Amino acid sequence: MRYHQAVHDVPLLMEGCDSVEQGDDLNVRDLLPDELVRSSLKLPDLPEREVVKHFVNLSQMNFGVDNGLYPLGSCTMKYNPKVCDEIVWWETVAGLHPLQDTGTTQGALALMHGLEQMLCEIGGVDAVTLQPAAGAHGEYTGMHIVRAHHESTGEDRNEVILPDTAHGTNPASAAMVGYDVLDLPSKDGCVDVEALKATISDDTAAFMLTNPNTLGLFEKDVTEIARIVHESGALLYYDGANLNAIMGKTSPGAMDFDIVHFNPHKTFATPHGGGGPGAGPVGVKAFLEEYLPVPRIVKKDGVYRLDHDRPKSIGKVRAFYGNFGVLVRAYAYILMLGGDGLERASEGAVLNSNYLKEKLKGIFDMPYGDLRKHEFVLSGKPLRQKGLRTTDFAKRLLDYGFHAPTIYFPLIVDEALMIEPTETETKDTLDAFVEACRMIMAEDPEILKGAPYNTARRRIDEAKAARDMILSWNAYEKKMADGAGSR
Amino acid sequence: MERSKCSAQMIAELGIDSIDSLFEDIPQEIRIPGLKLPAGMSELELIREMERVLSVNQPASRWLSFLGAGVYHHFIPAAVKTAISRSEFITSYTPYQSEISQGMLQAQFEYQSFMVELTGVDYMNCSVYDASTAIGEAVLMGHRIVGGKKFLMSRSVSPERKEVARLYARGADIEIVEVAYAPETGQVDLSDLESKMSNDVIGFYFETPNFLGPLETGWKGIRDVLGEKMMVVGVNPLALALVKPPGEMGADIVVGDAQVFGVPMSYGGPSIGIFGCKSNHVRKMPGRLIGMTEDAEGKRSFCMTLQTREQHIRRSKATSNICTNEALLAVAVAAHLAVLGRAGLRRTALKNLENMRSLSKRIDAIDGFDAPVFDAPHFNEFAVRSSIPAESIRKNLLDKRIHGGVSLDRWFPELKNCALYATTEMHSQTDHDRLLAALEGVR
Ligand SMILES: Cc1ncc(COP(=O)(O)O)c(C=O)c1O
Repeated sequence: MRYHQAVHDVPLLMEGCDSVEQGDDLNVRDLLPDELVRSSLKLPDLPEREVVKHFVNLSQMNFGVDNGLYPLGSCTMKYNPKVCDEIVWWETVAGLHPLQDTGTTQGALALMHGLEQMLCEIGGVDAVTLQPAAGAHGEYTGMHIVRAHHESTGEDRNEVILPDTAHGTNPASAAMVGYDVLDLPSKDGCVDVEALKATISDDTAAFMLTNPNTLGLFEKDVTEIARIVHESGALLYYDGANLNAIMGKTSPGAMDFDIVHFNPHKTFATPHGGGGPGAGPVGVKAFLEEYLPVPRIVKKDGVYRLDHDRPKSIGKVRAFYGNFGVLVRAYAYILMLGGDGLERASEGAVLNSNYLKEKLKGIFDMPYGDLRKHEFVLSGKPLRQKGLRTTDFAKRLLDYGFHAPTIYFPLIVDEALMIEPTETETKDTLDAFVEACRMIMAEDPEILKGAPYNTARRRIDEAKAARDMILSWNAYEKKMADGAGSR
Repeated sequence: MERSKCSAQMIAELGIDSIDSLFEDIPQEIRIPGLKLPAGMSELELIREMERVLSVNQPASRWLSFLGAGVYHHFIPAAVKTAISRSEFITSYTPYQSEISQGMLQAQFEYQSFMVELTGVDYMNCSVYDASTAIGEAVLMGHRIVGGKKFLMSRSVSPERKEVARLYARGADIEIVEVAYAPETGQVDLSDLESKMSNDVIGFYFETPNFLGPLETGWKGIRDVLGEKMMVVGVNPLALALVKPPGEMGADIVVGDAQVFGVPMSYGGPSIGIFGCKSNHVRKMPGRLIGMTEDAEGKRSFCMTLQTREQHIRRSKATSNICTNEALLAVAVAAHLAVLGRAGLRRTALKNLENMRSLSKRIDAIDGFDAPVFDAPHFNEFAVRSSIPAESIRKNLLDKRIHGGVSLDRWFPELKNCALYATTEMHSQTDHDRLLAALEGVR
């Protein structure tokens, strides 16, 4: 075993703080009415040296793409070029205020306008908004556009259909816009076209799909699906989480999707930041452009302007114009790779995925078709015979210095292991991963049950966290004062 | 080159002729002939191109700026950048595998802890997208808790945020009903609030300081009028270094934007939405929660908890659709607060308050100017009324390389010739002098 994560004892920042705190001599009472003056504030006062040590040591107990393979399926954990991170600290990016006169932000507007156009080309759509803050937020925006579209034609459609392989954000987003959600059971891992025909009706507002789907299978009936959806008067929504598989080969627009969201933190290599920030631009076909959020960036006589006067717009999905810092990185990444480079990226992602799949399918079961796109899903069923679960295998992988794949998703695969290597990994890395999988499967099951051993912590008790509900330092102190936490 | 050699080997091992075979499942009729985008470029070429595009910007941070209205220019200590530039943080994702992600988990637990302390609520999630979506989520959460059809919202709420909240409400067929502010104080008009109360009201959202600058003083009255209804309060968390926290004043849900703690303005995004609530509502909360627990050896550990509220488990019944959030910025916030410390934070907040006091007084002393417009305590932002249109003042200041206050009359017709000025610790006496001289000039 070659991997050992750092283990530091890092006390919580609040831990050093006196619980009985003193007032300070700041002269607040002259400036605020008595009833508003805060009487206590418990925060630490640490030297900068201690703070930096704290965060650097914490970071060493965190595994990122820069540490090693992070084959978290559906999340496209590719390498993030460093130059893109540097640009966002430039004053001409970081120092912009959203309400500055647009005469002083022409560069920012040009960049966003340019990015919109590049996304139109990649997605095969006619117009793009950059406002949504993440993929799920893009879905949410898209569902509002669906609603606005049907309302404008006076149709009352209250259902959204999606396959049972769909990501959880899809049904959640549709529900938040007020839709009833219908799950469509898959057939051989793909959309069951006959079932779709039977389910779709005058009540259907939209069908949500990602292609390739979350099993990594290309939905080759997509043209037929689009025809069925459109004939019923519904719209077709594309979850862009899996765009990394198809750039330059096909596009959501070419597949006749009406609305698309992009996931720059997946496809365009903007870092995931431990969970965010991301961005979630949404593209639409021309007939839906009037519903896009305001403001729109428009260019006239060489000058960019923000146009708020869009009477049919759904309104705003977040304040201002979107996660600009993330969008700048995506723009830089697309420029750096260029059109050919993006297509090569997709080819690499699909090649790596199929290579790895070929090596692993002898070790695990692989239900459904053979040719995968950028990711594939194995079943950890063989582990069951040893009294193990997929999670045990996933934890053991950590000991070998690999982040675990996505597990237990999609829901239709028993003990699912969803693996997405991305294009930025070398053959050597993939081979090492295969070797680790092989070794783990040969290990005594008891070892897996106790894993991980080489990470900053051993197996963590999630049930206790839910039971104790200690979600802040204050809660911890209270619990300590009330008697010890549960065991 | 190394890569293509690997590719050739992998292609050979797969027993296919070329990569094209791996795309043969994509039907011909939907194929596209590649992407019509420019050719790629080297890192150096990229930097030159980005400089070319971006250099025409005149960042507010470089000129003298009095812009606020939800996004503020504050000092960010260098150590904050050190913390959030750690590539182990930047290049990780949601800590699904907690054992190998303790760093991020602890940092987010610390963020939650700081925010609980500052706002006085019992629970804080580890971020939503921004303040505007936090309000939207609060409206929906209120609906889950008390039912109802109407959500009351103060007129003095940021127009940008109000528009987002309105969209979130529309999704659940909730109507947003505006509550007036008192014309003299800019604070919640209690009698208007009372007149709008009814059985189908879910709750009431107001901000302190509100968009127009005033801090709310009528807490008790508002709480009494609301009874069992949801009291949702929007805050500037920096003000809370000095001001009594909403949790102590009876708020059910607290929202806001933590951009003021170590996050650059970046043209308005990314920023980080604060979302917290009282303990009895925790299971109805949106977003991720980090909890403390133990590992197999009994060592203190952290992991995501109460995930059964979330979309990946509950799907269409989830409390929210949020997945990717603003985690890295939560680390920035925690690092920022830690570097400033209690004393530094309070000094910074005080400097904001003092700057507001002194600047508003000095503007008020100029003929033809009235500041602050509202007779109420303020924090670092205030409305200014002038004898000539705010827009012409703004344009005039721009010629002098000053970003003046945001004109208010486009959203608030009743505030004719008014503009909103923010001043933070970034402004020195000389900066104020420059603004004053410029305003004297346009009068
Ligand atoms: C298939 C799929 N759809 C949607 C999403 C949601 O995107 P985000 O996390 O950016 O909100 C994800 C990723 O998490 C995903 O994998």
